[in-house]
Amino acid sequence: MRHLMSPLDFSVEELNQLLDLANDIEANPEKYAHACEGKKLATLFYEPSTRTRLSHEAAMLNLGGSVLGFSNADSSSAAKGESVADTIRMASCYADICALRHPKEGAAMVAAQNASIPVINAGDGGHQHPTQTLTDLLTIRSLKGRLDHMTIGLCGDLKFGRTVHSLIHALVRYPGLQFILISPEELRLPGYMRKDVLDRGGFPYKEVVRLEDALPHLDILYMTRVQKERFFNEDDYVRMKDFYILDAKKMKLARPDMLVLHPLPRVNEIAVEVDSDPRAAYFRQVQYGVYVRMALILTLLEIKV
Amino acid sequence: MVENTLNVGSITEGIVLDHIQAGRSMDIYKYLKLDKLDYCVAIIKNAKSNKMGKKDILKIECPIDYIDLDILGFFDHNITVNIIKDHKIIDKKRSSLPKKITNMIRCKNPRCITSIEQGLDHVFVLTDPKREIYRCKYCEGKYERH
Repeated sequence: MRHLMSPLDFSVEELNQLLDLANDIEANPEKYAHACEGKKLATLFYEPSTRTRLSHEAAMLNLGGSVLGFSNADSSSAAKGESVADTIRMASCYADICALRHPKEGAAMVAAQNASIPVINAGDGGHQHPTQTLTDLLTIRSLKGRLDHMTIGLCGDLKFGRTVHSLIHALVRYPGLQFILISPEELRLPGYMRKDVLDRGGFPYKEVVRLEDALPHLDILYMTRVQKERFFNEDDYVRMKDFYILDAKKMKLARPDMLVLHPLPRVNEIAVEVDSDPRAAYFRQVQYGVYVRMALILTLLEIKV
Repeated sequence: MVENTLNVGSITEGIVLDHIQAGRSMDIYKYLKLDKLDYCVAIIKNAKSNKMGKKDILKIECPIDYIDLDILGFFDHNITVNIIKDHKIIDKKRSSLPKKITNMIRCKNPRCITSIEQGLDHVFVLTDPKREIYRCKYCEGKYERH
């Protein structure tokens, strides 16, 4: 039995197979419409989420399965003090596979240690968000045709942004990539990510504060939101939240084939006027998120179609 | 009698931990849970050492497989472990870095699941032996020694 805790749980070869499966699902959705009939997905979400939860649920429903679960800790036994270990043991009796989101880092690993069904880490605090990474990889590969030899700009909250950390971990397995890290000083990528991941892998990177300085060089711009829930201090959040705003004027600095990705939800960091720009790929990214989660559910349940 | 010399007798069977950094023997005593051990233990502080100037030594008279010494390397891998049987040193080894440490140190990251989950072991894994870096198994937070 396999779980998904981190994007690195899959080898590059396994990842390619997963992305191939997702692309086949995209091309032939009817072929997979009954693949999970009789199977249940438990979505155990201890903190608010719209996209990730709905995306997992849509994925299972598209495969002909059904879903059950809770969408915040207050409506679960966690409010009564139940441990993650006990909750997952219980959920293992009700469902065939589970997606778990929790505000604490490492919660999904605790679940996996105690589960008798596959566990998908649907976000554990500021730590990992592997299904978002799979979504990002599928989007880039589908729209760019490759995952190697590109310049990738990561912009916004690089300190607490788990999507950024997960994406970097996954991308450094492909050759020819370089990174431009765009963030205010206070939200720089943590030292261990720079030293242990980028330096060790020999990946060139630059750190810049101004988005305008990076834009002309990028194949991919990955925007992130400054997340209020990651700050202990409200003042720090208020100071940082509107640091970057991508608008039509700034998009003029970018290459004609650059893609803008965003894990969503966006708040102010991408102006609505950018949505109509053909380079804005963030809503297509949402659709790819469903395909890749369908592929993931099939893979973890070992269902072949 | 030689001035300033203190003699501690040899042990029949047990472990002698030599070359402990002076002043750290009580920490090691605590981490090895020797206070809970119903055997004879000698703590020698500030013994003269040609190599170190001064050092601490712990002599523990107990069956040789009685103590988990793996943890030692985490605190100080210069410690020499002498295994004694029938008054003789039968094995001498340097402590090495343990690959995993369970419940000896605690994760201080308030965002880590270990901060709230009941009954969950605090586990640290050696992720970089060269730089002696340990990270929490769950949140991957780095253990800061000081």
